[in-house]
Amino acid sequence: MGTYFHSVNLDEEKCRGCTNCIKRCPTEAIRVRKSKARIINERCIDCGECIRVCPYHAKKAISDPFDIVNTFKYKVVIPAPSLYGQFKAVYSRNHILTALKIIGFDEVYEVAKAAEIVSSATRKLMKKSDVKKPLISSACPAVVKLIQVRYPSLIENIVKLESPMEVAAKVAKMEIAESKNIAPEDIGVFFITPCAAKVTSVKARYENGSSFVDGVISIKDVYLKILSSLGKVRNIEDLEQAGFEGIRWANSGGESLALETEKFLAVDGIHNVITILEEVENDRLEDVEFIEALSCVGGCLGGPLTVENVYVAKTRLKKHLDAAKAKGSDVHEDEKEYSGDFALTGNVECKPVMKLDIDLAKAMKKLETLELINKELPGLDCGACGAPSCRALAEDIVRGNANETDCIFKLREKVRQLAVQMMELEAKMPPVLDKGIG
Amino acid sequence: MGLSNVLKLHFDIPANDFVSAGEASSSVKKTLSQLGIAPQVIKKSAIAMYEAEINAVIHANGGTADIEIDQDKVIIKIQDEGPGIPDLDLAMQEGFSTAPDTVRQMGFGAGMGLPNMKRYADELKINTEVGRGTTVIIRVNFA
Repeated sequence: MGTYFHSVNLDEEKCRGCTNCIKRCPTEAIRVRKSKARIINERCIDCGECIRVCPYHAKKAISDPFDIVNTFKYKVVIPAPSLYGQFKAVYSRNHILTALKIIGFDEVYEVAKAAEIVSSATRKLMKKSDVKKPLISSACPAVVKLIQVRYPSLIENIVKLESPMEVAAKVAKMEIAESKNIAPEDIGVFFITPCAAKVTSVKARYENGSSFVDGVISIKDVYLKILSSLGKVRNIEDLEQAGFEGIRWANSGGESLALETEKFLAVDGIHNVITILEEVENDRLEDVEFIEALSCVGGCLGGPLTVENVYVAKTRLKKHLDAAKAKGSDVHEDEKEYSGDFALTGNVECKPVMKLDIDLAKAMKKLETLELINKELPGLDCGACGAPSCRALAEDIVRGNANETDCIFKLREKVRQLAVQMMELEAKMPPVLDKGIG
Repeated sequence: MGLSNVLKLHFDIPANDFVSAGEASSSVKKTLSQLGIAPQVIKKSAIAMYEAEINAVIHANGGTADIEIDQDKVIIKIQDEGPGIPDLDLAMQEGFSTAPDTVRQMGFGAGMGLPNMKRYADELKINTEVGRGTTVIIRVNFA
C-alpha cells in the first residue's frame, strides 16, 4: 500500500457519506466510514464511475494544472480525439488545433494519428498465430486495471502495445527533437484527457513501465481557454494529420473498425465490460478475435472529464469524420515506417486484491466464516453499514475491518435482546429490597 | 465440528433457466479468487463447471452442484435426475449434440460441453444411467 497513485480522489468537505458511489463501484473499492467515502487504493481502477454518480460532486480527478506547460521550453500538445466532439460543428478540426496553439502550445500532434499507428500494429499482431485470442485492447487503462484485479487469467489476451497517447508522445518527442534540433528534455508533451484513468496511467505506469507524457490536462480544465481562443483564430493552420480511422477511436467501436476483420466485439460501459469479460473467461465467445472494451458508456467521448454530453459529442464527431473522409486521407499509409517500436513497456501483472489471506488454509477458514456471517445478514444490500452489499460487509468483518453490529438490523436485534434481558432482570429484584409497585 | 479443512458449497441448478444458468460456476469462481487460487486454475475450474451446469439445465431439468475445496484441489459434483446419456463415447466427441434447435439458437448445444469438461478437468468421472440421471465429477488440482 502507500505506493498507489490514483487520479480519482475524494473531496472530504463535499462528501456527505451517502451510499451512491459504493453501490456503483465495479470493484467494490469504496466504503463509507465516519460519514466519508474511503477509496480502497489497491482495488480502485480509476474508471470514474463514482465521479459520475456522486450527487455532491465530492469525487474528483486529480490532473495537472494548465500552468505545468510553462515548465518546459518547447510545448507540444497531444489532444485525445474525443476533444473534437466538445465544440460546435462549425469549427473544423484545423480550427480547433489552431486554437490549441493560441492558448500556448508550440506544436500539435494528434493522438488520432498515433491511433492509426496502433491500428496498423494491431493488424499485424492479429495475423500472428502465436497470440492468445481473443485479443483484448489495451487502449482503455481502466479496463486493463480491471483485468489485473478481477480477471487475471485474461492478462495474456491483452494487446501488448502502447496506447495511442503513449505512441503520440513518443513519436512527437522523437520527431521534434530531430527536426527542430531540440534536446528531448526541453520538450514537454501534454495530453488533453477525457478521463481520470489516463492520468493514472501516466503517473503510475504498469509495473516498471515509463511514460513519454510530461503532463495530463483534463478537457474540462482547458475547455474555456480553447473556447475563447476559437474566436481569436485569424489564419487557420493546416495541422490535421490523422484520417477518419484515427478520429473514430473516440467512439466505441472505432478501434475495431480499423482492424479489417468482422470478428470483433466492441463493448462500452464498465458494467457491460464485466459481463463480456465473464463470457471470455468462461470460453463462451465464439468467432471473436478482438475485443474493444471501453470503460465509459459511448467510449472516450463519454469520459468523466469531458464537457459535452456523450450523444451530442457523438453527432459532432461525425461531422469531423465525414470531413476527414471527404478529404480522402489515405488509410494505411504508415504501415512500414513505424513497425515494432511500440511494444508495451513494463509488465501487466496480476493483482489478486480479492484474496482473503496469503495462506490458503487461513483463507479457507475466513471464507467459511464469511459465508456463515453472510447467511445471518438480512440480505437487503442497503449499504447503511458503509459496504456495498451484505456479502461485502461479511468480507470486511472477516478481514477485521468491520463488525457485525455495523449492520443496523443486527444492531437493532442486539438492542432488542438487551431490552428483553433488562426487563427480565428488572422483574428479579432481591426480595429484601422489593417494596413492590403501588 | 465447526471449521474444518474442507470447504463445502452447495447450489441448486434451476431447470430451463438460461438467464441464471452459470450463476453457480461464477460464484465458485469468485470463491476461488478469494482463496487466492492461481488464475489459470480458476479458469479451468470455472469453464469445466460451467459446461456441466449448462448441460444440467439443457438436458436434465436442472440439478444440484456440490463443491468441495481443500488445500490441493477442488472437486465439483454436478448431479441430475435427467434422461441419462445412452452412448457416452459418442457424447464425448466434439460437435456431437442432442440439444434441441431452440437451445442451439441461443448459442448453446454446440457439442463442446463434455469435450471441454475433459479438456479442462484434471480428472473427469461421469456416472450415467438412462432414465435415472447423470453425475459428473470434475477434479481440478491447484498445483
